[in-house]
Amino acid sequence: MRTVRTLRTAAAVTGAIALLSLTACSAADTGKSDDVGGKKTVKLTVPSWVGAQANTAVAKHILEKELGYKVKTQQMGEVLAWDALSKGDVDAILEDWGHPKEEKQYVETKKTVVKGGDLGVTGHIGWFVPKYFADEHPDVTDWKNLNKYAEDFRTAESGDKGELLEGSPDYVTNDDAIISNLKLDLKTNYAGSEAAQITAIKKYAKEKKPFLTYWWTPQWLNAQIDMVEVKLPEYKEGCDADPKKVACAYPNTPLQKFFNADFAKDGGEAAEFLKNFTWTTEQQNEVALMIADQKLSPEAAAEKWVKENESTWKAWLPKK
Amino acid sequence: MSVTVTDVSKTAGTAGAGSPASVSEWVRRRRGLIAGVGALVVLVVLGSVLLGGGGWPAGLTADISGPLDDANDWVVDNRDTHPLFLYFLLHLSNTATDAVDGVYQVLDALGWLGVVAAGVLVAWRAAGLGRRGLRVALTSLGAFAVCGLLGMWDATLLTIALMVVSVAAAALLGALIGLAAGLSDRVNRLLRPVLDTMQVLPAFAYLLPFVLVFGTGTPAALVCTVIYAAPPMARLTALGLRGADPAALEASASLGASGWQRLRTARLPLARKQMLLGLNQTIMMALSMVVIAALVGAGGLGEEVYSALSTTDVGKAFAAGVPIVLIAIWLDRTTAAAGDRIGEPTPAGSWLHGGRAWALVAAAVAVAAAVRTTTWPEAWTYDISTPVNKAQEWITANLTFTEVWAREFTLWILNPLRDTLVWLPWWSVLLLVAAVTWFVGNWAAAVTATAAMAVIGALGVWAKSLDTLSQVLAALVVTLVLGFLAGVLCARAGRLERWLRPVLDAMQTMPQFVYLIPVVALFGATRTSAIVAAVVYALPAVVRITTQGLREVDPAAVEASRSLGASTRQQLFGVQLPLARPALQLAVNQGVVLVLAVVVVGGLVGGGALGYDVVKGLSRGEMGLGMTAGIAIVCLGLVLDRITQRTSRPTDR
Repeated sequence: MRTVRTLRTAAAVTGAIALLSLTACSAADTGKSDDVGGKKTVKLTVPSWVGAQANTAVAKHILEKELGYKVKTQQMGEVLAWDALSKGDVDAILEDWGHPKEEKQYVETKKTVVKGGDLGVTGHIGWFVPKYFADEHPDVTDWKNLNKYAEDFRTAESGDKGELLEGSPDYVTNDDAIISNLKLDLKTNYAGSEAAQITAIKKYAKEKKPFLTYWWTPQWLNAQIDMVEVKLPEYKEGCDADPKKVACAYPNTPLQKFFNADFAKDGGEAAEFLKNFTWTTEQQNEVALMIADQKLSPEAAAEKWVKENESTWKAWLPKK
Repeated sequence: MSVTVTDVSKTAGTAGAGSPASVSEWVRRRRGLIAGVGALVVLVVLGSVLLGGGGWPAGLTADISGPLDDANDWVVDNRDTHPLFLYFLLHLSNTATDAVDGVYQVLDALGWLGVVAAGVLVAWRAAGLGRRGLRVALTSLGAFAVCGLLGMWDATLLTIALMVVSVAAAALLGALIGLAAGLSDRVNRLLRPVLDTMQVLPAFAYLLPFVLVFGTGTPAALVCTVIYAAPPMARLTALGLRGADPAALEASASLGASGWQRLRTARLPLARKQMLLGLNQTIMMALSMVVIAALVGAGGLGEEVYSALSTTDVGKAFAAGVPIVLIAIWLDRTTAAAGDRIGEPTPAGSWLHGGRAWALVAAAVAVAAAVRTTTWPEAWTYDISTPVNKAQEWITANLTFTEVWAREFTLWILNPLRDTLVWLPWWSVLLLVAAVTWFVGNWAAAVTATAAMAVIGALGVWAKSLDTLSQVLAALVVTLVLGFLAGVLCARAGRLERWLRPVLDAMQTMPQFVYLIPVVALFGATRTSAIVAAVVYALPAVVRITTQGLREVDPAAVEASRSLGASTRQQLFGVQLPLARPALQLAVNQGVVLVLAVVVVGGLVGGGALGYDVVKGLSRGEMGLGMTAGIAIVCLGLVLDRITQRTSRPTDR
């Protein structure tokens, strides 16, 4: 009885495997069809922060309304977007804050991704305190005096040290190294997501409490809550080369665009348009604020901006 | 009702070690054991004080992140050329995408009237034709109407399409696994830890490898959902097959049925009810993956929730979360009603019965679809995000005591607990785990738990794991206290339970991402926020199981104690709670599993430790980091499971 059952099971399993291998006898598509309903399609990633959503929304609006493309957008994490870009699941990333590991892997080694030039916006990371606190204690804006104020930044999470509020795991940060190398009386507390960090900052600001946070520009929240940067030892080329020895400020990062290599070559007008797409921090913030502050949908915000700034985007269109 | 005194004492006796008399009895029997454990505790404390505390020794760790990152790179380099991908995996992922697209296109072609008609009529037919069917149908109608009203129609369709395909795949896989486990004891034993791991390993940890292998968007999301949602189907199918009445099997065997025939005609039909319950659970689990699927670009309602987070727009997240809850309620009521009907006699002579009724349903849907109302009319939508945001702001501005409470909780409970755990020498933690598991269970459980703890140390995440453990323990205690309290109240007042039911439904199925922002606004980006999120998620199950357990206590025993003059309090503590002990134990065990499931979400609101590492692994593409933390969470789950399950295993979920 038992052997019969075993035999039957074996036969069933063999059958199943045989069937599977039959269906798999031809090589699969690696999936890069670009035509949907006769229209050329461009695939863009929507990063999770608002500034980058503004880029994508404006690019999408112009591609669809002016150039007759169909734009498919997909929301995903940054590293995943790089991977999708390399595979051709995404055609372009419009705002990248620097991913040296991915750049090396995909741009230099595999050559599946190519640089798309500057976005025109310069990003800067730093440590910030609220303006109301800096006004009362002007010397807090120098790192040398931070230990004096550690007590003011203390929370239940940081124990007897001052709290340095950190954001999402996505972000580039050397803060733990900077704190220990500059011998600061601080402790990092990871909020874990941008949403949690912003909510915590808003909470502090409402109660007019002192706080110290890892923060960056451009960011839509800066229009609502005034923050002042704390001066860290000046950034010099290579001072952040060894992650363990970092004791200097963050560099200014001109934000970059990246394209899938095939798209850059055969993308026609869409690729040319995205290559030409550059705008200023102020222009990006204008759209970002409409989305984040006035709670407009990205589409509506893009439409409004495009209507009011014809001269700017006309220059991005491919020359006929 | 006349029950004699001896009868009562007998019932209390069979209730086991819970009641006062049997506790002392049990203590007497295991006096040696208790003394041993006590001596061990003293020894550990003395030893720690004399030798000083310390974490896991660095020499005893093995870093697995290197090989994992290498595997990661191999996949990236080979996935366009290697035959394994070209001839197998890519087929899978293309099929998955096509299937979901196909279902979405069908739904889209039906038009909104067609989809509503299909949802309502299927619910009505599945729940039976009587008054109950009507009620389920009305619930479905309301659910669909609200999805449309909130302006989430298209996203809802996308989510339903993903759900249909993933639930179908999970149910099929689960049923196959369950079949194997139900028919063979050895397979059952082998599969149990696999199923446990499938549920406790955070999806965040394995999302990245699946994205690399299957591609972003639908395929990776689908595979992750299937992995997470298949276990309940497998468990309940196996349970149903095992629980089949031996007499019925005997009868069919004596009629000369072969093994296969017996399976088809007797065992599977007898297990139908359990399998349907499994399907119900599978659907619920799959729905809880909607937002996580959005992290890799699967779209739908999850994406609406996720993108609302970047502008900290609670209202918009809520508007997308409500349809998820409503889909869950629609599917839950429909499958539950269908399950209840199994075995009921069908009303004879009714022409609205069997195939004819289904044909009618199909015809009605076809007519509705023929009207060709493509998408939900814009005019029929209502934007709730502004009022919800206003309400949220008002609440967080006025509930100021929460912050003080969070601070005190962190300072006086969490910090000492964490510091003690981290300070304890590693060997004493292992000894303590071994002693406690041995004390409540048996030596096999003790070996497993200790080994799991040792794995945590060997992975090099000792301190982080103990930090997470302290948070889990605190969350568990809060959940159990509140859950038992609410459960007792619900069991005594039926109206309260009916009242609470939709609230509990919402707490369980509303994506945690929706209440992340309010929680941080109330409690700050702290570990307390993480604990609150865990309590909200785990509470409903504990309340439900407690209520159920207390309700099922033999009414005769309660009646008897009342006739003996026991006060309400005495009835509760002397009779009901001891008799409901198995249910209470299951509640504790479920509490552990569910609290652990939210550790990762805790990492998003300031919980730090393992949860943060898992999120970081996904978002920075560091597979080694994420997987290491994920495995540590599974090990913590093993330890806590062995400590809380005592002798008998919970059968379900």
